[in-house]
Amino acid sequence: MNPVMELGDYLWMTFAAFLTLATFSFLYKDNPLYKIAEHLVVGVSAGYFVIILYYGSLKTQLVEKLYDGQMVYLIPLILGVLMWTRFSKKLAWVSRYPIAIYIGIATGLAIPLEMQTKVTEQLQAMMVELHWGNLFDGGLLNYTNSFASLIIIIGSLAALIYFYFSKEHKGWFGGVATVGIWTLMLGFGASFGFTVMARISLLINRVQFLDQWRITSVGSAHQEGSGSYTAVYILILVGIFGLLAFDLIRTKGKTDTDLT
Amino acid sequence: MKRQIPLALVFIFGWLMLALYFIPLEGAQKVNENMLDWTSIIGIFALALGIWSLITVNLDRIKHKKRDWQYSFITLFGLFGMIIFGLKFGGENSMFQGQESYMFRHFFNDILIPIYSTMFSLLAFFIASAAYRAFRARSALASILLIGAIIVMIRFFPFVAEYTRPVADWILNVPNLAAKRAIWMGVGLGIVATGLKVILGIERAYMGRD
Repeated sequence: MNPVMELGDYLWMTFAAFLTLATFSFLYKDNPLYKIAEHLVVGVSAGYFVIILYYGSLKTQLVEKLYDGQMVYLIPLILGVLMWTRFSKKLAWVSRYPIAIYIGIATGLAIPLEMQTKVTEQLQAMMVELHWGNLFDGGLLNYTNSFASLIIIIGSLAALIYFYFSKEHKGWFGGVATVGIWTLMLGFGASFGFTVMARISLLINRVQFLDQWRITSVGSAHQEGSGSYTAVYILILVGIFGLLAFDLIRTKGKTDTDLT
Repeated sequence: MKRQIPLALVFIFGWLMLALYFIPLEGAQKVNENMLDWTSIIGIFALALGIWSLITVNLDRIKHKKRDWQYSFITLFGLFGMIIFGLKFGGENSMFQGQESYMFRHFFNDILIPIYSTMFSLLAFFIASAAYRAFRARSALASILLIGAIIVMIRFFPFVAEYTRPVADWILNVPNLAAKRAIWMGVGLGIVATGLKVILGIERAYMGRD
């Protein structure tokens, strides 16, 4: 990013930095700065989806098709308008018609697709040829060899058995179910670790952004021409921490009811 | 009228879509695509309900000066600001250039993205405190969970990544895949069972109460 930027772009960057710090302030507690960011994101997200869905779907899938003379699209238009009968207590039941059609279509679509992607294709992926004579090809930790495939097959079947509750988990059945829960726990642990690291990546990204904002504002010895907006930078930081300090003093020893 | 017709509609459209999936004719696929468009269109009209609800709830909070009512102005400002700047009209020299407009892009890049990514990054802190409580190795199963998570986490740690990456990759691609596959199959069968219950009218929660 070019550290020397137009005032307009710099002010937007400063606003983004303010919102980043305001959101981070939730780590202290729920406070007015966080509430500003929270309420702003609700409104902006809703507005964003209105625009995206209008230009991305409604315009192309309804308005343009009606202009082209495809009058069959009057049916979803009428059904859509019927959804709005929910505004009336007396007529709210009419909105069940479009909901029913929506649910019918979505369910009818979902059944074969889910069966194919989540069941058939998963079973198909497990049906691999095992090379018994060369089970550990490429080493124990090679996840493409037959040993890995065998572990995946045994683990998946054992985990499925763990979820089968119509038979008591005792004897050999209980033993297989135990292997299943061990597999599941290792999988959950791995997924958890992966999620944590994804969040850490986002955190690093936000800290890097704040650092970039600092460089743009205050300047860096390595970046020529930066550092024109030191006053704004200091003002924002003093403002944010001042407001948090004020909130701390204002709410000290008070309950939520006192503050209402 | 109020219940029987919706149940019949779900049954008819549900079986129709199921049948269309298995008919490899061009006409059938065309109908399938049209039906998908229908769901999108109905969904967008339903979104309008949600937007209307958002506006009325916030106006009501302002009108009756309910708790934190001042923040409702911010929500409404964000909503209308994004909609107005996202609209496209007035020709090439207009400031309303839809999603290409200066303000719309800045609303997205400098409001939406920073708040969303910071909110998700905040989870790093909360997830860490939750992990402390969940991962205390009080049983063999909790220990397995702990070991799996730690190995995967230190996979990204530059000083030891060279040694931990093969083990972490193996865990992610073998036992993790086995667990995920079992869960997917369970979820898939669950969706099919629930879908059939909906089509056959056994599951009716979507209709709400009279």
